[in-house]
Amino acid sequence: MSIFQELTNRDQVFDFLAPVQSPVDVRHGPILYLEDVNVSFDGFKAINNLNLTIDDGELRCIIGPNGAGKTTMMDIITGKTRPDTGSVWFGSRHNLLTMNEPDIASLGIGRKFQKPTVFEALTVFENLELAMAADKRVFPTLTAVMKAEYRDRIDEVLEMIGLKDLRDRLAGILSHGQKQWLEIGMLLMQKPRLLLVDEPVAGMTEQEMERTAELLTSLAGKQSVVVVEHDMGFVRSIARKVTVLHQGSVLAEGTMDQVSNDPEVIKVYLGEEA
Amino acid sequence: MWLTRPLQERSTQIFLGVLFAAVLVVTSLHLFMPQDSALHVSAFTVTLLGKYLCYALLAVAVDLVWGYLGILSLGHGAFFALGGYAMGMYLMRQIGDRGVYGDPILPDFMVFLNWQELPWFWHGFDMAWFAFLMVLLAPGLLALVFGFLAFRSRVTGVYLSIITQALTFALMLAFFRNEMGFGGNNGLTDFKDILGFNLRTDATRLGLFIATGIALAIGYVICRGIVTSKLGRVSVACRDAEARTRFLGYRVERVQLFVFVVSAMLAGVAGALYVPQVGIINPSEFSPLFSIEIVVWVALGGRATLYGAVIGAILVNYAKTVFTGIMPDAWLFALGGLFVLVTVFLPKGIAGLLQKRRKAKTDDDTPTGQEATA
Repeated sequence: MSIFQELTNRDQVFDFLAPVQSPVDVRHGPILYLEDVNVSFDGFKAINNLNLTIDDGELRCIIGPNGAGKTTMMDIITGKTRPDTGSVWFGSRHNLLTMNEPDIASLGIGRKFQKPTVFEALTVFENLELAMAADKRVFPTLTAVMKAEYRDRIDEVLEMIGLKDLRDRLAGILSHGQKQWLEIGMLLMQKPRLLLVDEPVAGMTEQEMERTAELLTSLAGKQSVVVVEHDMGFVRSIARKVTVLHQGSVLAEGTMDQVSNDPEVIKVYLGEEA
Repeated sequence: MWLTRPLQERSTQIFLGVLFAAVLVVTSLHLFMPQDSALHVSAFTVTLLGKYLCYALLAVAVDLVWGYLGILSLGHGAFFALGGYAMGMYLMRQIGDRGVYGDPILPDFMVFLNWQELPWFWHGFDMAWFAFLMVLLAPGLLALVFGFLAFRSRVTGVYLSIITQALTFALMLAFFRNEMGFGGNNGLTDFKDILGFNLRTDATRLGLFIATGIALAIGYVICRGIVTSKLGRVSVACRDAEARTRFLGYRVERVQLFVFVVSAMLAGVAGALYVPQVGIINPSEFSPLFSIEIVVWVALGGRATLYGAVIGAILVNYAKTVFTGIMPDAWLFALGGLFVLVTVFLPKGIAGLLQKRRKAKTDDDTPTGQEATA
């Protein structure tokens, strides 16, 4: 009888029938894998044969001049934009091209936007509450109850992002830098496996930048972090490995020193005469 | 429980208290004051107030989707009218052979059109439970199908408003046709009784008024329950930053669909209670103008407060009753002027004014409070 039950339990026989929440398979190393991705908007090739691999627990910085395709790449990974060709895999089990934004988000990919986007009409606490990893379907959300352990988790993140005193203030009154942190805090609440962070230090003061660098480096190892940034000083302070994008494909990859001495990169950044 | 949470909340307690007191005062003034007394509330006034309460429930439904979800529906009149028609069909079947033509089954207008048998969709409406279920299901299903298509395609903002407007306009044109089987231009009327009670007696009218008060209270608590739940905060998140909400893992279109359907059902209930009190339902309830008027009530009362919608609906409709009595032609100008004045001077509506006063009062109180503790 039990054998019969086992055989009729089809999602154990065919693992692709199992729910998508199944753990991310990183046994082969990479957590994110992009191969031969192409995207064009009205004939303009935003992404051109892009190949990129991010290892589990890695902190990777992606730099590149304006229009290099950094934000488009993030759009593809999070399901906002569909590439024309190519494949995008999360771990070695989940094909991201077959999923929509909420599915990808609940799989464990969190994204911080270029322009800080927080819910301004809600309090700092409520912003974090909504971001918290939980059952996000309609009815469980309607009946959700705030438990003590959730409260503790939110307070822990509030401590990390330094907004403890502003817990019950509306997010709309925060300064630009504080909004950036709140958004990073929202990412942390999601407990993501992979964080995509678009220009985290734009508009921050030196001190704020330092704290952000500390925060991001402390996350690496537990989570994989991909940072897109323009500020070279900031990239130098956190990066172990840097990828340079140019015209939608990878121009160079390596440590900051290797990359900044690469003649191709110098040419792209400083123009022909360099 | 999400439904009981609002009951522990001060603002809901105040709202329910005021509503209960108002219904109680009207009821006792109607019942216990002698007819010739200045304080006597006539059956006519009771029905008029009942009508206002129906509009208030409708306004609450609109505020739920507009204020908290950011969906400006210019077609909520359609859900109101559908609920009304479901009730109207029940009341028509209750007439039985007391109609002008005396046909035991067919309503008068069908006999008049020489129809031989009842259309299939009129079956079952002789049973109260079925008709009352349809009051919820007909608007709910329309909202479900319409919302599923619109939200899945990520239609929002002005485009959605225009489509909702088109929806109610299309339904109005359809219901005007005699072939639709809903009485065409004249609609459904000449009702006799509801659940066995004669609609022409004062007692039934009072009963309907009280039922509307209860419906408004329940509808308010349901909306408040949604709004104060986590889902309510997700709604506000969808309203303000839809893409962000999606990247947090919420299915924005499903949240929108759920709230939209709940709102449509509440509008349907409002319509169903409206019909026996005014004694008629016809396609003019589908008119785009009526749906826009509802939005004006909510804007005047104050968006995203729920109680503001109630205040707005009652005040505007009271003003309408007074104005159309004195100078019928000036009413639309007065409404337009009122709308302009409120948008310029009270962007948060009447509820915003109340909040401001309360805030000013607490600000005055705090210094003394601090002194006391120091």
